[in-house]
Amino acid sequence: MNKINSINDFVIKFANVNGSGSASANQMFAKGVFRSGIPVSPKNIFPSNIQGLPTWFEVRVNEKGYLGRRDGIDIFVAMNPQSYQNDVSELKENGYLIYDSSWKRDFGRDDINIIEIPLTELCVKEFTNPKQRLLFKNLGYVGLLASILKMDKDIYVSLIEEQFRGKEKLIEPNVKALNIGYNYAEENFKDFCEIQVEKSNKTDGLILTSGNDAAGLGCVYGGATVCAWYPITPSTSLAESYSKYSEQLRVEIGTDKNKVAFIQAEDELAAMGMTIGANWNGARAFTATSGPGVSLMSEFIGLAYFAEVPTVLFNVQRGGPSTGMPTRTQQSDILCSAYASHGDTKHVLLIPSDPKECFDFAVEAFDLADRLQTPVIVLLDLDLGMNDWSTKEFEWDDSREYDRGKVLSRDDLDEIERFGRYLDVDGDGIPYRTYPGTHPEKGAYFTRGTSHDEYAGYTEDGTKNAEMLSRLLKKFQTASSLVPAPVFNQEKNTSSMGIIYFGSTDCAMQEALDNLQEQNIKIDAMRLRAFPFNLEVWEFIEDHDLLFIVEQNRDGQMRTLLMAEGGIIPDKLVSILCFDGQPITAEHITNKINAHLSGKPVMAAS
Amino acid sequence: MTYIVKPKNHHPLLERNNLGLTRRDYEGAVSTLCAGCGHDSISSAIVEACFQLSIESYKVAKLSGIGCSSKAPAYFLNQSHGFNSVHGRMPSIATGAAMANHELLYLGISGDGDSASIGIGQFVHCARRQLNMTYIVENNGTYGLTKGQFSATNDLESKSKYGDDNLFPSIDLPSMAIQLGASFVARSFSGDKDQLVPLLKAALSHKGFSFLDIISPCVTFNNHNTSTKSYDYIREHNDSLSRPDFVPSGKEIVTEYKTGTSIDVPLHDGSLLSLEKLSENYDPTDKIKAIQNIQESQRDGKVLTGLLYADPDAKDLRDILNVSDKPLNEMDRKELCPGSEKLEGINAGLK
Repeated sequence: MNKINSINDFVIKFANVNGSGSASANQMFAKGVFRSGIPVSPKNIFPSNIQGLPTWFEVRVNEKGYLGRRDGIDIFVAMNPQSYQNDVSELKENGYLIYDSSWKRDFGRDDINIIEIPLTELCVKEFTNPKQRLLFKNLGYVGLLASILKMDKDIYVSLIEEQFRGKEKLIEPNVKALNIGYNYAEENFKDFCEIQVEKSNKTDGLILTSGNDAAGLGCVYGGATVCAWYPITPSTSLAESYSKYSEQLRVEIGTDKNKVAFIQAEDELAAMGMTIGANWNGARAFTATSGPGVSLMSEFIGLAYFAEVPTVLFNVQRGGPSTGMPTRTQQSDILCSAYASHGDTKHVLLIPSDPKECFDFAVEAFDLADRLQTPVIVLLDLDLGMNDWSTKEFEWDDSREYDRGKVLSRDDLDEIERFGRYLDVDGDGIPYRTYPGTHPEKGAYFTRGTSHDEYAGYTEDGTKNAEMLSRLLKKFQTASSLVPAPVFNQEKNTSSMGIIYFGSTDCAMQEALDNLQEQNIKIDAMRLRAFPFNLEVWEFIEDHDLLFIVEQNRDGQMRTLLMAEGGIIPDKLVSILCFDGQPITAEHITNKINAHLSGKPVMAAS
Repeated sequence: MTYIVKPKNHHPLLERNNLGLTRRDYEGAVSTLCAGCGHDSISSAIVEACFQLSIESYKVAKLSGIGCSSKAPAYFLNQSHGFNSVHGRMPSIATGAAMANHELLYLGISGDGDSASIGIGQFVHCARRQLNMTYIVENNGTYGLTKGQFSATNDLESKSKYGDDNLFPSIDLPSMAIQLGASFVARSFSGDKDQLVPLLKAALSHKGFSFLDIISPCVTFNNHNTSTKSYDYIREHNDSLSRPDFVPSGKEIVTEYKTGTSIDVPLHDGSLLSLEKLSENYDPTDKIKAIQNIQESQRDGKVLTGLLYADPDAKDLRDILNVSDKPLNEMDRKELCPGSEKLEGINAGLK
């Protein structure tokens, strides 16, 4: 039998039953590889369900640092008989199948290598507690993997010790479970597997964390003090991260009181209302939601836009439309975020591509919202938000101050003859604001979503209203010079063809660009990081005759946005799309580009 | 929400309060509501209450939703920041604002459409969270700005101006507020300033969620002889529970009422609300009795007014969330940002 042979480059997939405790064991496996010095990208592929349905966990191990999803499984840990049939068909020729042989099975494939381990029998023998008998099967296969991949078992022992710090009683049985699998493999499958994990140093300077975790931490560092939110997958863990870090980092010494207000609202409308109310009153506040939540918040987003109240919203996108695929990934809220709400509205979007950037952009979002006095929407997606990524360490410059924008103090107001909340004093479209309670006689104004003049007074004078709308557009132009610039793959453009991409596609794109280079296809690439589009974006488009817009949605929403905002002719922009709910792969991108270049149509989904 | 700025000339002999301010200093723009609108009487009662309490206007945030009632904040307290938000969502704006700075006084003005229909969810949860604010519903039983449709507080037997029957029973907001945990619940009538001003003063002084349902007849759409929210109907059916007299703390409590017929309700800021009891056994701190009383009056075709329920020791949302005493909006980078050293520790924990 031939065997796949590789060092530090493989994809392993776990199939489990939802709610069986497998996710933390699988996570532990991934972290063990990361601690061995090899970048990993674990992806939890889970159903919208609490218990009982099939769930998968995929880990790509790649020493070069390619972290995008890759099709084709090298090792399959099949622990769910419900999904055996499909699971086994995904395994590559000469790959390895690991399964619980307490119940033997013929998988009907003679081109794969089967590793049998009677996990249930072993756990029943070693443990008496029925819950432990089930739960410890998971650690059993982690032990087995450590052995067959020739990993340092002590890494897993330390991970167990760290996980149960404070609950020391649990360490011993967990280590025992790990050893059950490890010892079984040492006895029965010594040198069987030709895929190995060899210690490396490629994770120096990296951490393993999710975009939601990073963004929540970024909100703490960015000075957010109010978080109002409503639970919705896949954004929930962002608010929870903020709460977790606040408990560690934002408790007043001496009084034990919280320097945050964390409120689970009754719905997304209220979550957004509270966020706007707090920002209006001078606290930095944010909310986090996903697809349907954005629809519900839209009326309020329009109010914040028109009344010019700073607001930060994290939209962790999932599969749409409607309830869609709550536990799968997509980048399909580009247009509904950019133009959220009725009437002429446009919003600042920040689009991070990895957890480090989620942290940075969370901080940036508050500065931009305060500077521009408008909603700022940070667009993540499920893949980036909920999965752990090998990402650069977080950094903080202690000399960095918060930019609270144009806010008048009591002294400032004393100097002013007449305060006009919506006066464009500086010619950048951004007016000055006051917080309630600043001055006994000056600076009070009425915030409203109805048409108003420069002094915040209600008006039905159409000319005035048109002036106000035009000033908001001017402000949006100012925004385009303040938002993060795009990132280019090349120092200087060298091709007449270019690729435009954004967000979590980045990891697959790095690999795709390397592959294209190997195929001698010359192509420039630009990663968008914000809307409104900066000048550099238009220059890049101008400099190329043909542009591939790579996005994870059906309708090419970013392409539409580029066409609408820049008047770009449609023929110049070719969509490369992926909308099956799985993170896009490098292979998908290169295949589509090759197909287009060889004259084949490019529109199909996957 | 058209408005006309009032002239600022003050007569030198106008009465002044502890801050040296006159009533005029608490006024707002000229109202554009219909002449005779109950809401305007409420605005003037708010002016009176704030004047008497010597409230600093700029320390008040007045918030509203959408509708005739929600226009009203433009007509009082010129020196307060105002926020006319979206329909039915004033409570969430107030919640966020109050979390940002608990030192201001939050005065929410809503209507029956705003609170009993589109915004009932936010009303419910705001009461349940015990937000420290005064929440007023200017209740006229009709949608005025859209020309007289029934609202959810209109009574079953009521007819519209056009003679249509109201097919559904009314929602009683005070009963709901009591059940939901509001710690101060009162009902009054826009035309009864003697009752309304002391109740407003008490509500503004109470720490916690103070709810006031103020019947405020709509002169244009709901003041005809088949309406149960008309001036005449309310005057005839007003079953006043108590005649409150608000006594600010620090003053001797003087009551002209006979012993045994009055009850003093201490408010959280140390002041007292003194009630003249029309009903011998009425205790406004008894939640269950309060709801029973409201329902009995309703059964008898009466509108029970006065202080219906008060819990002077109630906690508010900030207590529950254990938020710092220093307003969150006054904290700077040094107080909020954990810094690079802490971040290195976090990085180390993610390896």
